Amino acid sequence: MITNEVVDLSRMQFAITAMYHFLFVPLTLGLSFILAIMESLYVMTNKPIYKDMTRFWGKLFGINFAMGVTTGLTMEFQFGTNWSYYSHYVGDIFGVPLAIEGMMAFFLESTFVGLFFFGWDRMTKLQHLSTTWLLALGTNLSALWILIANAWMQNPVGAEFNYDTMRMELTSFADIFFNPVAQVKFVHTVAAGYVTGSMFVLGISAFYLLKHQDVAFARRSFRIASGFGLASILSVILLGDESGYTVGEVQRAKLAAIEAEWETEEAPASFTLVGFPNEETRTTDYAIKFPYLLGLIATRSIDEKVDGLDVIRERKRHRIENGMIAYENLQILREDKTNEVAKAIFEKHKVDLGHGLLLKKYTENVVDATPAQIDSAVKDSIPKVAPMFWTFRGMVFCGVTMLFIFAASFYHNMKRDAHNQRWLLKMAFFGIPLPWIASELGWVVAEYGRQPWTIANILPTHLSTSSLSSGQLYGSIAGFVVMYTALLCIELFLMVKYIRLGASSLHTGNYHFEKQGAGHV
Amino acid sequence: MFDYESLRIIWWAILVFLICGFAVMDGFDFGIAMLLPFLGKTDDERRVMLNTVGPTWEGNQTWLVTLGGITFGAWSIVYAVLFSGVYAGLLLLLFALFLRPVGFDYRSKLANPEWRSFWDWGLFVGGTVPAVVLSLAAGNLMLGLPFELDGDMRSTYTGGLFDLFTLFPLLCVLVGVSLCVMHGAVYLHWKTESFIAERAQAVIRWSSILFVVLFLLAGLYIAFGVEGYRVTSAIDTNITAHPLHKTVEKSTGLWLANYGTYPLLLLAPLLTVGAALSAPFFTAKQHSATAFVLSSLAMIGAIVTAGGSMFPFVLPSTLSITSSLTIWDSSASHYTMKMLLAATVVFMPIVLAYTTWVYRIMRGKVTVEQVQENQHTMY
Ligand code: HDD
Ligand code: HEM
Ligand code: HEM
Repeated sequence: MITNEVVDLSRMQFAITAMYHFLFVPLTLGLSFILAIMESLYVMTNKPIYKDMTRFWGKLFGINFAMGVTTGLTMEFQFGTNWSYYSHYVGDIFGVPLAIEGMMAFFLESTFVGLFFFGWDRMTKLQHLSTTWLLALGTNLSALWILIANAWMQNPVGAEFNYDTMRMELTSFADIFFNPVAQVKFVHTVAAGYVTGSMFVLGISAFYLLKHQDVAFARRSFRIASGFGLASILSVILLGDESGYTVGEVQRAKLAAIEAEWETEEAPASFTLVGFPNEETRTTDYAIKFPYLLGLIATRSIDEKVDGLDVIRERKRHRIENGMIAYENLQILREDKTNEVAKAIFEKHKVDLGHGLLLKKYTENVVDATPAQIDSAVKDSIPKVAPMFWTFRGMVFCGVTMLFIFAASFYHNMKRDAHNQRWLLKMAFFGIPLPWIASELGWVVAEYGRQPWTIANILPTHLSTSSLSSGQLYGSIAGFVVMYTALLCIELFLMVKYIRLGASSLHTGNYHFEKQGAGHV
Repeated sequence: MFDYESLRIIWWAILVFLICGFAVMDGFDFGIAMLLPFLGKTDDERRVMLNTVGPTWEGNQTWLVTLGGITFGAWSIVYAVLFSGVYAGLLLLLFALFLRPVGFDYRSKLANPEWRSFWDWGLFVGGTVPAVVLSLAAGNLMLGLPFELDGDMRSTYTGGLFDLFTLFPLLCVLVGVSLCVMHGAVYLHWKTESFIAERAQAVIRWSSILFVVLFLLAGLYIAFGVEGYRVTSAIDTNITAHPLHKTVEKSTGLWLANYGTYPLLLLAPLLTVGAALSAPFFTAKQHSATAFVLSSLAMIGAIVTAGGSMFPFVLPSTLSITSSLTIWDSSASHYTMKMLLAATVVFMPIVLAYTTWVYRIMRGKVTVEQVQENQHTMY
């Protein structure tokens, strides 16, 4: 039997490795695009400074990319190592986007990344430019496919349970591709990557401007970052994920938790700006509310209701009871496939099979669950409110702050006096961590909010793991933490070193430290 | 269009194709990493060696990543059972692979000799350990792994890391390592000149003979010392089936049965031996490209030899032989296999086309002068 400890450790390991991976992913996504923009400017204007910009930011891109690949490798195999029952149960669907991602995206990005660095003198300008665009395309396609996979976990469509093989099987590829959750997730996450790339270039250019190091170079980089960044942050915020919330029950439960909407309000619901959610009393203390806003955000209308946690909880109880019936008849069917009565009952209740499986945490047999155990399962089925409430607000806070930074940068850039606004340059520099904080918080909202499910309404987390021992997991977690942290320190060391050197690291002889004859590597 | 049975065979073939692709492309990267501390006497020489694969190693490694994704999609239960079973072994593989992206990219970013030597050893580990672990895995696959499936298809695995190190798998490690070394040396000979090429030439000579001897030994071992598997119940190859609904027998020599049924398969081991033995002659005559094709054929031959003798088994079990996974009871659904086949038919040719293009752009030898001139752009 799999213990809760194993489940918790497996979750912890996945969270740690995924969050490490996502330290590098957004910068790859954003910077690859910015490189492509810079190089396009080079090809169009023929000004060597744009080539130098592409090469310098490209160096930083390379340092980051190496860590993206290092941490990504783990992710590719971790579903098998640590979530083996999950891999069996939904591999028929979930494996499809992952396999396509490998063939369509990973090959593209990793083949052209080499050419990007080594091919400068071996290709025509146009060929090299295409290489850079293909690299950017590859990283974005990779995000597309993995997010289709992830969105399917939030809103599983186009699949059906097969009791012969005891797993879910794909019934419609189009459904998983056009999953509405996948679309909003892709736009939001990729745009978050562009914001990250822009903030990185903006902040570092601001640093050079503050130090009067290679001003012409820095101003051009600043300009590109402020324009691209403003467009991206607007997409992130305006195309925020809320619109994905009207589909899928788990998404609705997340929304209710994010908003701490304990009880269903009459339409249109109000939005709680801040407050202290209290799990005991099921109320939010000291809440500051805005009328109408939530209804507008979530449903894009003023006459549709947003479900509160109370309604969702009662629906869950009903589904768990149905799930018990489905499970009972599944057992009969597995003994005797010809039992038509059992088959009919199973077919009728099978959408709730997953809810029956929630009870496995308390009783192996499911069908003999006591009312107290059902109560516990109902309680589990709603995500905890306070962590959701705060992480979401953290993300939004970062987003609004960055909106201000990009808007101000863009404005002063138009007025051509950005390099004199020291307050703005400082803000841009110290704002560099914001997109990372926002992205990590965003993933916590998305993934923690999905609990207790790995596949919403289909497969509970506590059934998904491999049959491992907690010793194995302590060992692997320790290994990942030590190894990744060591590599991260090395990566940051190199980043800082090359950022300080700036364009001088290109050794063209035209930049800051070289002119003074100092600072050679 | 395709019935379920043909799709399963096609997907088995695609799996073998991807393993071959991985072995041919990443095999020489691993080999060169293994030779790095020994053939590169100075920093410049080691940089030459690294830069022979510098622009392309990353794409090469993607064969492994894609192999992971394809196994997940087309053979989910194999992906689930294998990787959770050999947990520690897989982590060992991953941790070694971690050193490669950072090793290549960071090594020459500082001039400090200790820093560089640290990463050189890191790259050595990153090339050697994966070759060892993967060959060890191949050996253990032929022996079977100690796992068991229950009615819910949940698998439990009873072995530990050290149980994988038995005689036959260790022999396979020697086979795999000697082959990678030869393959790497052939590539190195092709892409370099003077000292390094000469040293590579010497390596090719002894490694090809060593490989052939070990390969034949492994063949004898399979014939007389390894228990093979056979399905004894009738199987309907066109339906979805639960693995536990079949019966299996196990006895010495069964892994050679396919060679009796399909004598054409004998070409694979013959090709392996012939290609490996002739590669050194072509390098001696400076026909490096031909030699490279030959050592690639040796790789492919060796993999087809092993895979062909196991067909239709993918993952035999020693703990409960009926739990053994064959292509008939571990595949994805009919529909998924069709969808994935469509994707493969579209994308793999594109991948092969642009990979070829990149190799063409990067063609030519890497020299000491080049790496000295490009201190700050090459690895
Ligand atoms: C939204 C984007 C995104 C997300 C959610 C993930 N990844 Fe990722 N991944 C990328 C975006 C990305 C990327 C931008 O394409 C990377 C990052 C840096 C890089 O080298 O490519 C990458 C690299 C990368 C690599 C190395 C690829 C190579 O060799 O080029 C692998 C194997 C994975 N990832 C696998 C995964 C898996 C299995 C994930 C799911 C848990 C995952 N990634 C989440
Ligand atoms: C790289 C960005 C990602 C981050 C930062 C991230 C974050 C997290 C976090 C914080 C958890 C733990 C939740 C908890 O246990 O409370 C988690 C769990 C999990 N995530 Fe993600 N996630 C990412 C991407 C993905 C993707 C793309 C997938 C699938 C394609 C995925 C699948 C899972 C699975 C299977 C679990 C474990 C089961 C669970 O706890 O629900 N994650 N992730
Ligand atoms: C300011 C307004 C923002 C809103 C309203 C918003 C909304 C959301 C919501 C509701 C989720 C959860 C999605 C789910 O559960 O499936 C989410 C996730 C996420 N957010 Fe935001 N967000 C904002 C800003 C940002 C910013 C500034 C960033 C980073 C630069 C960011 C990065 C992410 C990421 C990476 C995820 C996880 C992936 C996903 O589920 O799409 N968000 N966001």
